Amino acid sequence: MIEMILNGLEISVERGTTLLEAARFYGIEIPTLCYDESLSPIGACRLCLVEIGPAGRSRLVSGCTYPAQKGLEIRTHSKRVMEARKLLIEMYLATCPSSKTIQDLASKHHVTRVRFKQKHEECILCGLCARMCEEQMQAKAIEFIGRGADLRISTFFDKKSEDCRYCGGCMYICPVCEARCQGPQEKDPVCNACLNLEPPCLDQFQDAMCYMDPCVACEQGEEPIKLSDDKE
Amino acid sequence: MRSLQQKIKTVADLFQLQERLKAEQPVDKRYIAVCGDTGCSVWGSKSIKDVFQECLEYKGLEGQVDIKFTGCLGLCESGPVVIICPEQVFYQKVKEEDVQEIVEKTVQQGEVIERLLYQDTASGQKYVYMDEIPFYEKQQRILMGDNLKIDPTSIYDYLALGGYRALARALTKMTPLDIIEEVKQSKLRGRGGAGFSAGNKWKECYDMNADTKYMICNADEGDPGAFMDRSLLEGNPHSVLEGLMIGGYAVGANEGIIYVRAEYPTAVEKIKQALGQAEELGLLGANILGSGFDFQISVTIGAGAFVSGETSAMIASIEGRVGEPRQKPPRLAQRGLWRRPTVVNNVESLANVPYIIREGTRYRQTGTEKSKGTKIFSLVGKVVNTGLVEVPLGLTLREIIFEIGGGIKDGKNFKAVQTGGPSGGCLPEYLLDTPTDFEELNDVGSMMGSGGMIVMDEETCMVDVARYFLRFLRDESCGKCFSCREGIIRMLEIVDDITEGTGTPGHIELLRELAGVVKDSTLCGLGQTSANPVLSTLRYFEDEYWSHIKDKKCPGRVCKALIRFTIDQQNCTGCGVCLKNCPEEAISGEKKEAHVINPELCSRCGICLDKCKFDAIIKS
Amino acid sequence: MNQSFGVEQKNNFKGEQEHNNHSIITMLHEIQEEYNYLPENVLRELSKEKNVPLIDLYRVATFYSLFSLTPKGKHKIVTCTGTACHVRGSEKVTEEISRTLGIEPGETTEDGEYSLEAVNCLGACALAPLVVIDDQYHANMTPGQISSLLKESKKEMQQEEMQQEHMKSNCHCSRVPIGPKEK
Repeated sequence: MIEMILNGLEISVERGTTLLEAARFYGIEIPTLCYDESLSPIGACRLCLVEIGPAGRSRLVSGCTYPAQKGLEIRTHSKRVMEARKLLIEMYLATCPSSKTIQDLASKHHVTRVRFKQKHEECILCGLCARMCEEQMQAKAIEFIGRGADLRISTFFDKKSEDCRYCGGCMYICPVCEARCQGPQEKDPVCNACLNLEPPCLDQFQDAMCYMDPCVACEQGEEPIKLSDDKE
Repeated sequence: MRSLQQKIKTVADLFQLQERLKAEQPVDKRYIAVCGDTGCSVWGSKSIKDVFQECLEYKGLEGQVDIKFTGCLGLCESGPVVIICPEQVFYQKVKEEDVQEIVEKTVQQGEVIERLLYQDTASGQKYVYMDEIPFYEKQQRILMGDNLKIDPTSIYDYLALGGYRALARALTKMTPLDIIEEVKQSKLRGRGGAGFSAGNKWKECYDMNADTKYMICNADEGDPGAFMDRSLLEGNPHSVLEGLMIGGYAVGANEGIIYVRAEYPTAVEKIKQALGQAEELGLLGANILGSGFDFQISVTIGAGAFVSGETSAMIASIEGRVGEPRQKPPRLAQRGLWRRPTVVNNVESLANVPYIIREGTRYRQTGTEKSKGTKIFSLVGKVVNTGLVEVPLGLTLREIIFEIGGGIKDGKNFKAVQTGGPSGGCLPEYLLDTPTDFEELNDVGSMMGSGGMIVMDEETCMVDVARYFLRFLRDESCGKCFSCREGIIRMLEIVDDITEGTGTPGHIELLRELAGVVKDSTLCGLGQTSANPVLSTLRYFEDEYWSHIKDKKCPGRVCKALIRFTIDQQNCTGCGVCLKNCPEEAISGEKKEAHVINPELCSRCGICLDKCKFDAIIKS
Repeated sequence: MNQSFGVEQKNNFKGEQEHNNHSIITMLHEIQEEYNYLPENVLRELSKEKNVPLIDLYRVATFYSLFSLTPKGKHKIVTCTGTACHVRGSEKVTEEISRTLGIEPGETTEDGEYSLEAVNCLGACALAPLVVIDDQYHANMTPGQISSLLKESKKEMQQEEMQQEHMKSNCHCSRVPIGPKEK
């Protein structure tokens, strides 16, 4: 068993557990886009970032690919992590606004504006479809092709694949195409209709206190809840 | 060239051969060194060498005077370079027509030919000997100095200088731990960019229990503007091989791999040649020097991906996959190539190893407290003396650019120096006294990198520089991580807008925020440092950004959308050359009358400025 | 739960050492040397021979910029886009070549004569800006020199072609054809 410190809590997990699995096991909600329990993790979406290491020498790593290490200090909702997540979600919105998954993430993280030029892409290159095809369906008909800004998911020579069995697994697992946002058609690419959360405790404590989801206190108030300085 | 030599089976054999070679080639023997590196061969240095050969044969001197077609001798701007040794009379910009005169006057009679000497542009002074030239004076050419004495196609030249003695000492008089300790004490830090302690890396791999381990030499020199590794591989390949072998022995690896980028075919050729020679002589293979240590080296090439210089991406590439970096842990020393413990070292780092093993104490006397030894920098751009310089770490940027480099070309003013390639930053004039030290450069927002040092003058636009690097990184990013791929695209989008005159004040803040998040949230070094060009130019040249945004002006007069070409009506003679050459047919005018450029049609290509002999084209 | 750290594909190579000496990438280079690009049918053969999934070969071929899946031109023009070259004006040089030949970097002219590549640093920075035509290096280029450079090399190439034709025809005379008549 490996001992670590998760958000100040001393925890113990089995060897081979990733930080994301450890956090979820202890009830801490960490957003992901490219992660699925049944497929191998690749750390592409960067949403599951957590801060590890002692203060002053810490860095952000993707929790889904980082293995548990003895004595590791992990903060899943530090200010640095939350700020990064927020901007990343804003970038996702600016790329692919038609996905309900991404719109919900935006609402949850209080992303209310997009400061980038709006694109309307259909793919966020999370790779779930390719991994589904290879690992679960054992077909490997589609893969990442190209590099960098030209990266795309495609078949051999972009032609109709001889290996594809039309199982639909790729469409099933895709976080974009499976659930289009059905809400009111806003003028803005940002919807924010379904969920809303802005934790006032972040500035005060440098860590959000309510990472056990959901914390009802914030969701209901329009005024920031006053937090007393007395500890119980 | 010698005939096939008997194999070297023991250290005694090696020493014997070296004694013989030294006797045949005494240190004071006359020879002519002609630089054969790409920088000089483009100007015809190969035919110059051939003409020297013919001339010597014609005069019957070929037994008394040798010719060495060497690797890079450093001062590329003066190419083709010819140095008459042992005095080291330095001749620059030599042409075929000069050869006979050189042989007759300098080689035979010891006279100096004035017009071929290096001349300082500022003072007008001429210098005869290589060491006197300011370019070379402040350098400490531990690694590159040998290029002058070696024909890279001959292992015997390397042996005559004492080559492979370090290997002999390492294999027969030291244990792997001794070697690692020696390297640790010498504080050899990775010369490829990150500056990790080589000794620590080696120790970590040494500690792993495994049957098979790998030692990889990273010759994927992808930083644009850097060519030190290429010159080392082409000028003195055996020094790298020797370092690789000593490293392999230290960590417990029996196989070495040299990964060379495909854009360096000559380097690949020279390395393969050197490998063949080492094998033939028995210095590579089984039971080297009778020590019981087996080692073999193979060469593998890249295929045009900057990211494959990242160590985990390189391993993926060798395994036949795409060069995508992966997260660490597990570190390469624990699980690397084919899941075996692996160490990856840069070419220059390895070239330092034989010297450290032979003369560790001397090595430790060079450099600063935390950064010991020398570093080869490629000093290029708008500087007078472009080329490769090797200086003790700690020398300031000012000393390198002005005293060694001779200052800015064409009398222009210094604006910035860029170090560290696309992962580094641009530093302004008031930071010129920063010493070349890993930590100091990091502190000011740049980094040592692989050694590229690009000098920029007043005609460079810093926003354009940021745009250039972002474009480079966008093409080279592997694309896996959203933060890197999309982050770079968005940063480039903003900078593009600024260079096109459509930037807004909010952009600067957004750029800073975006750069910060990209730096924090990406998996590998390429992404993490991709924000550096933007961050450093914002830090030191923010006024240029505002100039583009508020005034819609480009101070460096580079950004196409913000400059105009006009014809000075006084100076124009109406010769019509510009009109003839304008690809957009934007110039009009009668013969012998001042011409005019139509700004609507002008595409700002600059050809007219190039062709005009009367200084009549103004770029504003 | 034992997860693998990152996607590591399964390789079916017999013996790492054999692969290190002759990797997939080296083999792709060899194929490209021979055919001037990577033809689909040859990739299929390679996939069968080395037991590598077809799509993985396609992935590798599209990832690395030196591989081309469409035939390259007979003559390759390479411009260096390294920093040193950029600072000395290589962008304008590339644009001028693009304009003259009518193709962008990465493309080949309609007649299959020229293909243009912009490479990230050739490592000969003292020669900036650098243009390489079929392994012939041309240093210190400016946009104004491009049209004459292209004309010169076209003449040289035609001369070389005529020479080769002459040799192939087994004519034993020692005359060397001068070249096509200037218009």
